[in-house]
Parts: sequence; C-alpha cells; structure tokens
Amino acid sequence: MATAVESVFEARGLTKTYDMGEVQVRALQGVDLDLYRGELVVLLGPSGSGKSTLLNILGGLDTATSGHVGYRGKELTEATDRELTEYRRNYVGFVFQFYNLIPSLTARENVAAVTEIAEKPMTPEQALTLVGLGDRMDHFPSQMSGGQQQRVAIARAIAKNPAVLLCDEPTGALDSTTGVVVLEALERANQELGATTVIITHNADIARMADRVLHLRDGKIVSEERNASKTPAKDISW
Amino acid sequence: MSVLHKKLYREVWGMRGQALAIAMVIASGVATFVMSLSTLHSLQDTQAAFYRDFRFAEVFVSLKRAPESVADRIRDIPGVDYVQTGVVAGVNLDVEGYEDPATALLVSVREDSGSQLNQIYLREGRHVDPTRDDEAVVSEAFAEAQKLSPGDRVSVIINGHKKELTLVGLALSPEFVHQIKPGAIVPDFKSYAILWMAEKPLATAYDMYGAFNNVALTLTPGANAAEVIDQLDAILARYGGRGSYARADQLSHRFLSEEFRQLESMATVYPTIFLGVAAFLLNVVFSRLFQTEREQIATLKAFGYSNWSIGIHYLQFVGVIASVGIVLGIIGGGWLGQGLSSMYMDFYRFPFLHYSIGPAVVTAAALISFAASVGGTIFAVRRAAKQPPAEAMRPEAPARYRRSFIDRSILGRAFSEPARMIVRNIQRRPVKALTTSFGIAASFAILVMGLFFGDSIEYMLDVQFRLSERDDISVSFVEPTSYSALLALQRLPGVDYAEGFRAVPVRFRVGHRTYRTAILGVQPGGDLYKTLDSNLNAVEPPEEGLVLTDYLAELLHVKPGEDVTVEVLEGSRPIRQTPLAGTVNQFLGVSGYMRLDALNRFMREGSALSGVRLAVDSAYQQEVYDAIKEMPRVAGTEIKQKAAQSLRETMGEQILIFAGITTLLAATIAFGVVYNSARITLSERARELASLRVLGFTRGEAAFILLGELAILTVLAIPLGIGLSTILCQYFIQTWQTDLFRIPLVLTPGTFSYAALVVLICSLVSGMIVRRRINDLDLVGVLKTRE
Repeated sequence: MATAVESVFEARGLTKTYDMGEVQVRALQGVDLDLYRGELVVLLGPSGSGKSTLLNILGGLDTATSGHVGYRGKELTEATDRELTEYRRNYVGFVFQFYNLIPSLTARENVAAVTEIAEKPMTPEQALTLVGLGDRMDHFPSQMSGGQQQRVAIARAIAKNPAVLLCDEPTGALDSTTGVVVLEALERANQELGATTVIITHNADIARMADRVLHLRDGKIVSEERNASKTPAKDISW
Repeated sequence: MSVLHKKLYREVWGMRGQALAIAMVIASGVATFVMSLSTLHSLQDTQAAFYRDFRFAEVFVSLKRAPESVADRIRDIPGVDYVQTGVVAGVNLDVEGYEDPATALLVSVREDSGSQLNQIYLREGRHVDPTRDDEAVVSEAFAEAQKLSPGDRVSVIINGHKKELTLVGLALSPEFVHQIKPGAIVPDFKSYAILWMAEKPLATAYDMYGAFNNVALTLTPGANAAEVIDQLDAILARYGGRGSYARADQLSHRFLSEEFRQLESMATVYPTIFLGVAAFLLNVVFSRLFQTEREQIATLKAFGYSNWSIGIHYLQFVGVIASVGIVLGIIGGGWLGQGLSSMYMDFYRFPFLHYSIGPAVVTAAALISFAASVGGTIFAVRRAAKQPPAEAMRPEAPARYRRSFIDRSILGRAFSEPARMIVRNIQRRPVKALTTSFGIAASFAILVMGLFFGDSIEYMLDVQFRLSERDDISVSFVEPTSYSALLALQRLPGVDYAEGFRAVPVRFRVGHRTYRTAILGVQPGGDLYKTLDSNLNAVEPPEEGLVLTDYLAELLHVKPGEDVTVEVLEGSRPIRQTPLAGTVNQFLGVSGYMRLDALNRFMREGSALSGVRLAVDSAYQQEVYDAIKEMPRVAGTEIKQKAAQSLRETMGEQILIFAGITTLLAATIAFGVVYNSARITLSERARELASLRVLGFTRGEAAFILLGELAILTVLAIPLGIGLSTILCQYFIQTWQTDLFRIPLVLTPGTFSYAALVVLICSLVSGMIVRRRINDLDLVGVLKTRE
C-alpha cells in the first residue's frame, strides 16, 4: 500500500479509562493510529490489551476519555450521540465474536434490519449470497451452526456497503475449519467492496492474511508490521 | 412490515403467556372502567330522555289539604312554569294469595294528559277511565313481582273502606324510577306498589274534591328554585304544607343520583388499581426483557439504529400488550355493562334502556391504559435505549449479594443453603419484592372490596332489626291518633306488648343550613325501639331536648349544646329553638329523636301517636296482621321479619353476582403478578438452577428455590392486603356516605379468608405452571448460554 492512499482513520493520543466502581481500568493509554482506505488490518494482542476498546471507539460505539479520532477528517471524539448513530448507520459494519444476531429474526431479516435503514445497501439476498448462505436465508439463528451464524453477521455487516468493516474476534467462537470459511467471507468483502477492514484477534495465524498487523499490549500499540505478501484466508489454519 | 415489527410480533408471541397475563390485568381495568361509565352514561341518557318526555317535575310538596284556588296563587309565584295539583295517599294493600303486608301509594292522574307533569308510561293495558272509582294502573315492578296483569284485582283500604280495584294497565313514571318505600334502603317490589287512579274518584274518597294534598311544578328557565320553594312554603303553611323540595331531594331521583356517584367512584378506583398493577408488571417484565436483550439492543445501535427508534420499538411492544388488553377489556366491559345495566333495569324502572358504549368512553379507556402502560415502562425503555452500545455489549456485572442481619441471626444460621438463596434474593431487591407483594395485595383488596358489602348489609340489617327496631309488627296511622288506638291494638289476641311512637315532619335549621326530616318520639323505657350510640349501646333521649343522627348533626354543622331551630311542618306548625342534647348512630336515613312525652310537650298537643310497635307471639303473627289490615286509620303495616327477609333476597343475588365477577377480576391480578414474577425469576436464574440440577439437586429442590421466594411474597401479601383493603373499603364507605344511608365498614374474617384463599390458589396455579418449566430445564443447553 502506498502512502498516497487516502487515510480513513487518524487517531492521536487516544486514552480510555473505565470506572469500575472502586478500581479504574486504563484500557487505552495513548494510541496513535492511521488506517487507510481499502486495507485489511489485523489488531493482535492478548485479552485485556485494549483491542476491543479501540475498535469500539473507531466504530463510534464508545468515546475516548482523551485524544482525538478523525474519520475522513471528521472528529469522532467531538461527535454527539446523534452524529455517532448517523456515522455507524452510514459507514460502519460490525462483526462480533458472538455474532449478536437477533434470535427472533431469520437470516434474511437479520440482514434486512440493517438494509432497511442504510443509504445505499445491497439486498439481503445479495449479501447472504456473497457469504455463501444463499440457501439458508429463511433459517433462524437457532437453526444454524456457529459458522453460518457468523457469516450471517458478516452479511449483515457488509450489506450496507460500509466504508469500514470492524470485526471483533470474528472466529473466536469457531473451530478452525469454520473459522477459515468466515475469514474467506471477510476477505472477499474486503476485496470486492473495498471496505477498510479491521480484524481483532489474539490468534497470530490470522495475521497472515492482513496488509498490516498492529500489536497491542497494555493499551498501547507496541509494534507494527507490514505483510509483504498476504496469505489467502483459505491457506490459513490453526 | 419492517423487520423490527417482525421481531416485535415474534417476541410478543414468544412471551405470550406473560403478555396475556398482563393484558388480562389491563383488560380487567378497562372492563371495570367501560362497564361503570357506559352503564352510567346509558342510565343518564335514559334518565334525561324519560324525565323530558314524561315531564318530570322540578319542585314537589305534599300538604294536608288545600282548596284548588290555592293553585292559582302558586302559579303566580315568579319562576313557576306549570303547576299540577293532585291527591296522593298511602294505603294498605291486599293481593289475593299474598299473606305478607303490602302497602301502596295512590296517586291521582288527570285525563288531560298532554301537559301533565310526572306522566306515566303505559307498558301494558290502558289508562284509567276518569269516571271510574274502581280502576287503577299499577306500577310495573309490583305487577311483575306479584305476577299481576291487566284485569286482575287488588283491594285497598281507602279512608277506612275496603275497595276493590281492577288493574287496567301496567306503568312506569319518572317519579318512581326507584320505586322505594320511604325509609327503606332497597326496593321491595313485592310489598310496595304505586297505584294511579282517576283524580275525581280518588279525591272524592279522601274528601279532597275541589282540593289537593300534593303539588308538583316546573320552573321557567333560569328561575331560582330556592326562592320558589320559600314562597311555596309560605303559601302552603296554613294548609299543612310539609315543606317543598327540589328535584335533587326527590327520593327516586336522590337514589339514582347516589347510584351514579357510586358508579363514578367505581370507574375511578377499580381501573386505578388494575392499571397500577399492570404498569408495575410491565415495568418488571420489560426491565427483564431489556436485560436479556441488552446485546440485541447494542447490536442494533452498532448498526446505526438511533435511541429513538429503539425506544419506539419497545414502546410498540408495550403498546401491543396494552392493545390486546384494551380490546379484551372493551369487549368484556361491554358484556359486563350490559349485564349491569339489565340488573339496574330490574332496580330502576325506566321504560327502555338503550345500552351503548360511547366513543368517548372507549377513547378514554384506551388513552388511560396506554398512558399507564407507557408510564410503567418509559423510564426502563429510556434507560435501555440510551445505554451506550459498547457497555451493553459487555456482560452485566454479577448481581451483588451480601449477608444481612437475617443471615447473621440465629434464624439465619438454621437456614439451609436453598433457603439462604431465597432470602438473599428477596433482600437483594427489596423494592421489587415489596412491590410484588403489593401487587398480590391489590388482588386481595379487590376481592375484599367486592365482598364486604354482603357483610355490611347483613350487619346493617342486624343492627336495624335486632338492636333498634325490635318490634315484630309496626303500624302507622293515617294521621296522629289518640292513645286509645294503642290500647285497641294491645287487646288483639297474640299481641304481647305495644309501644306507641310519634313522628313529626320538621325542618331543622342551623344558620343557613336546613334539612327536612322527622322527629321521632320514642317511648321512654320502651323496649321495641331503641336509639343507639356509636358503640351500638341503647341510649335514651334525655328528658328534654333533641337528639340527632350523628350524620345529620354533621350536615347541619351543629354540636351538642348548640341550638337547633325546629320548624314543625304539621298541626299548628310551631317554630322553636331547642339545644342539641346529643347524637345517635343510625345507618338508614337521618332524623331527630325526642322522648315521646317531651315531643308532645314540644308540639303543645296531647298524647298523640303516629303509630304503634307491637311485640307479637309468632304463632299469631298472621292473625294480628289480618286484623290490623282492616282497621280504618291504618296507613301501613310492616312485619319486620318479612321485611328483613325480602331485603336479603333482593340483595343476595346481586351480592353473589358481584362476588363472582370480583373474584374473576382479582384472579387476573394475582395470576398476572405471580406468574410474571415466577417467569422472570426463572429467566434470571435458569443458569443457577440448571447448575444446581447438574450438581444433583432434584427438580423439587430447584423448584423450591424458585417458588419459595414467591410463596414468601404471597404470604407477606396477605397482611398487606388486609391493610390495603381496609383503606380502600373505608374510602368507598366514606364516598358513599349520604343522608339516605351510611354503609358500615364490616370486614369479617370470612371475607379475609376467602380473599386469602383465592390469592393462594391463583399463586399456586401460576407457580405450578412455571414449575413445569423447571422440569423441562435443558441442563446442557442452559449451561452453554452465555451471560
């Protein structure tokens, strides 16, 4: 990736402190970060390193205690709740470790829940076909395997044609074989939609499919590496 | 249909048991609201139409006798529109095959009926022939009760002469919508009739030809009724006027107005309780729902759903439950209202009743229910919708438990672990536990409110007929009569003892407040009539001075020792001041009391009697009654036992129906509260219970932990319910207090036991339904679910 490529996220000096009653947890302690258009970044780190917190702040789910994050020049740290909602609605797609599907809705409806409110979505059918679930559209979450559920979640995340795709441990609850299928779906979404994709994981093998890998420890980015050649998801195993 | 709507309907369906239980509570509230108000409005509309079409008068007065020329002077009173004079007389009535005493009010009707006041509505047969003295139109209620139809005959004692009357028609009148004997609380259709007779023959029989003893009149628009009444009284004073009164004080109208007031208070109290409980239930159920759907909410927000759309989504959820309740409630309320109306139609005699549920009532019911439902959930919805999504995505911190004084007490040490879990769970959320108990207590209170009337009425009857009016037969005379009448009655075979009484119509005046009633002269040392103090001990009026019913003293704002002006409305019509010597307790009506001799002195007349009370050997009761009936100066006779019995019969059925409906309604609350609490506890603790099952607890032991908490809350609800119901019943009693009657608050252990039983059964049934779910607990599956 050339540096001439447009920057999507620009974070400077991000900190986040949680008040947990008697103790204060410092989840982020001064993170500087740039993410570029279309790249696939893996955030690697042990649990408690601040990965999810960082992802939540980038996705407008949470706000930083101090520091700045800009999304395409717009300051997210200053945004109101309404603006953050607008931002998530139009630009961000999330994939969560536990899928977070709505159990009372079918696969198609889970996706539709997002396409209904998005600006220029694809159809739920297109999104589900993209993740290889064209034949499971009318199944409820309880009628699908974990991998299938996670692919529905990916379909849901990409259906709005998001500018950024944020994935929090997308394979964390899955076995290796199923996990690879899910990663393939993410890879395809990244390539075909050109969405800046951030994948959080503590699984170092997954890092092989990234353009860039960021290592987090104790709320700080401790190192960054760039993969000279990306390994296709189908060749990854753990 | 949007995807969120699909989610909504599937989730409502998924929790249909709980949703329905809540909807039923809302439905009960709506039903009581619709029932009372639709009945009220239907009755009011009917009343207005009947009054208007049959020209119900606005001012009334009865008098001893005035020549017809006086009517013109009345017409000249400014503000008087139409004046109608007539003859009215109370008589003893004899129906073949009916042994018990019956009385009738003879009312004259004139032939030119177009502009007449208090016209009769002929249900069957024809009007009387104006020239015939042996025809009468009879009140429909009496005819129905006695199974009389046109062509049948009754006999009455008119001015001492027995007279056979042929009933030519059955009718109703705006004057007698509530056809009640003066002094009674409940109509007894079998023993009290209105007989309309042609004016000329009736007047002739009572020596009233060219004269009248009754006036009804209407007012011109904007006329001041009080001024007309004053002038009317002034004119009629020398003709024995008994004090005129406005429509508001007309007996039938008064009773109707009181009934309307009761319906209004019913339309407030019951729905308030039901909707309050529903709001509470919605609150707990939705608070729990927001916990289980925390992550779903967060996910939706992560994808850009706004707080507003999430909030609206859950309010729609609430709205669906409320709507089901509202629809069921309107249907149920319409059905109950129809039943209640037809029950009223037995009591209140209107020619027709067009029962309808007005759009205003439906709209109000819906709005109030929605308001209560949204009110119960809005804060929880707001909190859920505003929850920062990142926070909601993390599992909730484990609930905080701590040891309490109960744990540390000796009692606590004796607890088994499961018992400890129950106690800690209750004390962890004491407000919720208390509110749950309160909800169950509300069900208890509704039961008690529906049941205590039976006991109260029974108590009233007991006080009235055993402690106060202790005679077997009471006889009232057409007009004050000498002591010889008492002696004559005493001589009848079977009469053990006789006691005379005097009743003088009066108007009490204290400052600007007045009240028209009678002073009862009580025989000192008498045994057959006793005035009672507030503890129901017999107290005699003092040698001199006046005693008033406590409620009347309150109405007049007069305290013992202060002066009361007494305007006597008969005889020489003296106006005197006398100090109030004390008050007595009385449930029916209000009046003044004096010793018989003191009253006679007060009236400056000899020893006159208005009637006699008799103690009669029960074997001779019928013979004594038959003998009295034929006596010329007797206006009415009452056999106490029969009166009480017919009252019980009239009230009995109503009380039963009411108790049945109340039980159903109360059950919706008890069931709704217990079932929902159990379901929520189950959902909160499914993992815990499944873990215990995995560890080797039996189903019963797991159920004990789940249901033990509810058992404790249900038992706690009973004393709460006793307190709550006492307050609410007291409120009812208070608002329903009138000068016509004061219902005493009588709450018996029987009522409380019944209420407790119903509540316990409902709890048990809902507990058992939830227990089945413990049996179905998927041990492996539950342990896999993430919290």
